[in-house]
Amino acid sequence: MQVGLTHYLILSAILFSLGIYGVVTRKNAILVLMGIELILNSANINFIAFSRYSGMQLDGQVIAVFVIILAAAEAAVALAIVLNIYQRFKTVNVDEINKLKE
Amino acid sequence: MSLFDIIFYFFAIVTLVSAGIVVFSRNIIYSAFSLLFTFFGVAGIYILLNADFIAVAQLLIYVGGILVLLLFGVMLTNKVISVDIKTGTVQTLPALLLVAMTAGSLCGIFYVTDWKIVQSVPEVSTTTYSLGEMFMTTYLLPFEVASVILLVALIGAVMIARRDKQE
Amino acid sequence: MSPELLIRLSLIILLLPLFSFLSLIFFGKRLSRQGDWLGTSVLFICLTLSFVVLYLKLTMFEEPISLTFKWLDFGNVPLIGFLQIYLGMVVDNLSAIMMVVVCIVSAFVHLFSIGYMKDDVRYSRYFAYLGIFTFSMLVIVLTNNFFTMYVGWELVGLSSYLLIGHWYEKKSASNAAIKAFVVNRIGDIGMFTGIMILYFTFRTFSFNAIFSAIQSGRIPMGSEAWLTAAGILIFCGAIGKSAQFPLHVWLPDAMEGPTPVSALIHAATMVAAGVYLVARTFPMMTADALLVIAYIGAVTAFISATIAIAQNDIKKVLAYSTISQLGYMVMGLGVGAFTAGFFHLTTHAMFKAGLFLGSGSVIYAMHHALHHQGDHHTDAQDIRNMGGLGKKMKITFFTFLMYTLAISGVPFTSGFLSKDEILAGTLAFGGLTGHYLIPIIGFLVAGLTAFYMFRLVIITFLGEHIDRNRIEHIHESPKTMTIPLICFAVLSFFAFFSFNPFGASAGWFYHAMERPMSVVPESVRATEIEIFEEALHHSHVPAMILSLSVAGLGILIAFATYKWKKINADAIAEKFNWLYKFLLNKWYFDELYGAVVVGGTLAVTRVLRWFDNNIIDGVVNGTASWTRAVVFGYTDHVKEQKTSASIFLILGGLVSVMVAFFVGQWFWAQQAIVSAIIMALLTGGLTFFFFWAGAGGFDLHVVDGLVNGVAYFSGFFGMIFRKFQTGKVQTYIIFVLLGVMVLFYVFR
Repeated sequence: MQVGLTHYLILSAILFSLGIYGVVTRKNAILVLMGIELILNSANINFIAFSRYSGMQLDGQVIAVFVIILAAAEAAVALAIVLNIYQRFKTVNVDEINKLKE
Repeated sequence: MSLFDIIFYFFAIVTLVSAGIVVFSRNIIYSAFSLLFTFFGVAGIYILLNADFIAVAQLLIYVGGILVLLLFGVMLTNKVISVDIKTGTVQTLPALLLVAMTAGSLCGIFYVTDWKIVQSVPEVSTTTYSLGEMFMTTYLLPFEVASVILLVALIGAVMIARRDKQE
Repeated sequence: MSPELLIRLSLIILLLPLFSFLSLIFFGKRLSRQGDWLGTSVLFICLTLSFVVLYLKLTMFEEPISLTFKWLDFGNVPLIGFLQIYLGMVVDNLSAIMMVVVCIVSAFVHLFSIGYMKDDVRYSRYFAYLGIFTFSMLVIVLTNNFFTMYVGWELVGLSSYLLIGHWYEKKSASNAAIKAFVVNRIGDIGMFTGIMILYFTFRTFSFNAIFSAIQSGRIPMGSEAWLTAAGILIFCGAIGKSAQFPLHVWLPDAMEGPTPVSALIHAATMVAAGVYLVARTFPMMTADALLVIAYIGAVTAFISATIAIAQNDIKKVLAYSTISQLGYMVMGLGVGAFTAGFFHLTTHAMFKAGLFLGSGSVIYAMHHALHHQGDHHTDAQDIRNMGGLGKKMKITFFTFLMYTLAISGVPFTSGFLSKDEILAGTLAFGGLTGHYLIPIIGFLVAGLTAFYMFRLVIITFLGEHIDRNRIEHIHESPKTMTIPLICFAVLSFFAFFSFNPFGASAGWFYHAMERPMSVVPESVRATEIEIFEEALHHSHVPAMILSLSVAGLGILIAFATYKWKKINADAIAEKFNWLYKFLLNKWYFDELYGAVVVGGTLAVTRVLRWFDNNIIDGVVNGTASWTRAVVFGYTDHVKEQKTSASIFLILGGLVSVMVAFFVGQWFWAQQAIVSAIIMALLTGGLTFFFFWAGAGGFDLHVVDGLVNGVAYFSGFFGMIFRKFQTGKVQTYIIFVLLGVMVLFYVFR
């Protein structure tokens, strides 16, 4: 059938679920971050799809830009934290980072 | 099956397969690189949705910035001697079940709902100009706040990642 | 040139002193010279602007100009209807003139303080407080509603407290500040009650709205008595603020503050706020309220004038003189001579501020001379230590003389005009209503005023100084202090207010200030304006003759006693020693209040303390020992507990018998045997229960059992739920997702 709004939404839903799976399942902190990026991307697809199919209102695209900005900021800070954790615990395995204080 | 649909399905499959590899692979480097392909796929989807500015922004920022950052992270936090770096998973089964349930429910909802769609697409050549206008008028405040957030993130990241001075 | 211009200018005048306060309080220490130039220049700008406003108002706009805005909107309140509160400001002749008065006095006091308060320990804070005071005073002057007036009222009280207690290291100064605030507060309670009566009747605070409501027939509780009560209660605020009898006791103590503060607050502006309030609310005063006001004013004038003739501290004489003159103003308003009363307020502000600043100049010079001599014990403010200062401080002497002429009511001064008008008013009132005591007191006080003021001048400035050495070191004060003196002296001259030295009615002031129409119902209205004006016309000349003769007599006696030494003051004081002591000790008012009010309150506290210690604590302790008995019950060791347990048994038995009896009564009507059995069971059961309780079983088995049981079950379930807490974020995310799915399906 003709590709319509539903197709994009289903695509974003599947991408979202994959992202959640990545966040929940992985042991390496960096892989968790990758999962988060997938989730954000799926949300972006959703926004832009709705923007396109509601008479080309560009509000959805504006919000998508903001999401990208925030994803960048968040990735930077998260990676800084991960690096710091690596310096302290010598590992990035999320299960082993279980001491609140040294 | 128009050309449009074929291209859509192509990009969708690229995205989903790469996402799958990101999430299911045992090898970190494989995951990182397939994330690259995921981003490319998503950029393609954006182009299909008439969001040209966003697509290029996605490529620049996600691929050029975030992915490189993640790769750096991977390299710096694992003792890289050989290419394959094994990594494990945790609580796979319950996660799989729940994720399947989530995906199923969401897809079901999206399929069933009667979306109010505006069929005709007005001729918009590039969105850059309109987006810029919107940023400077309607969305001026979030724009400024976003720049502040970036500044804060920049400073924060530098501060956090600095090596502590040895006392 | 529109009305909005005047409102805007008035707003600027209002807010500039606030700006001065904020700058000086936060940054004062860091500015050059601690910021005195800031405060002074701000006030002079305000002064210029207020002149502009007054001129424009008088020449261009007939009607009052006001600005109102909606402050609170409660919408549709059940049982009341639509409720909104409107606040705002008004510029009419009354407030424009008052604004000029406040700004003149404040500006010159600022200038004077630059010289007087040099090297003071808290210089910038002093100027800041002057700024907040001026702001609060302008709030009172410019407001058009009771609410903001009350706010300004309290703010001036606060500023007065801060300024009187400026040298708070001195215990007497801080005590005086507290006394001023507390006594003012007592007056404010009355004012608050009055405002509340008006509010609950009219549901508005605005003056105009209340006046028009009264005019259309609505009065509080539908009775004129309540309207009179409201008027008198609002006047209570004026009693406190303007130091009328019986709340006049704070003003003399307030002389502990710096002399420029006394000039600003306790001579010209704050104490005039009470008079201003009466002038503002004049239309709603009934005849009875006005009569009360007139009498209180007259009594105050009399009491303080008699005290003033016996005082030896230069500031105390001026303080009592202020109270006396305030009594005059209040009396003038009370008898219906509205314009005269307000006119006296204006002229009095000028010459009283001048008098205080002049005394400040004298005290400053005395301090310097004593400092030179190394003398730190002699009181620089006691007039018995002065004398012959006129030769060395010419400007101070001549200006002081001008003020004294004004206050004594000598022709060609402004004081003469205003005092004369008031006295004519009281005479007219006496003739119309038969209350002749008021004019008698008025003229008597006029004579006393002339007497004690000239006594002050003669002893301080004429004659010879006691200490030949000290007089050498006395110099005239610096220009920052003499310029204000000269300005006030010029303003005490008659020409500013009327071109006829003997009648003020021709002047601009009288044309600007007309007595407002009274809005109260016919039956309680005071004398109509026309009738009063008639009587005034007739009493003008007799009043003038009487006042001139009485003032001349006072001045003559003063000169005879103190200059020409024809009458021996000390001998008279000896002969009437009891009277002299009575006057010297201020009619023993402070002692009276101390014994009655303070002592009374302390007695009440003693009674309450007995009650709290014995009865309330007795109940508390009794309950505690009762509970202890229930818990610990029958033990062999402790004697008290044995007793309490046995008491328990007896009590338990009694209670159970009583309960059984009543229950049995109820059952008795139904069936005899069943009820008897039930009664027995109940009795037995209750007795056993109380025995068991008395034996301490209650606590041990029931209470502890309950606690242990709860703990056991908590532990049991805790073990089970522990498994879910893994401490890993990812697990929690799974749970979140699970929850989301559940919600999805519940709300689908």
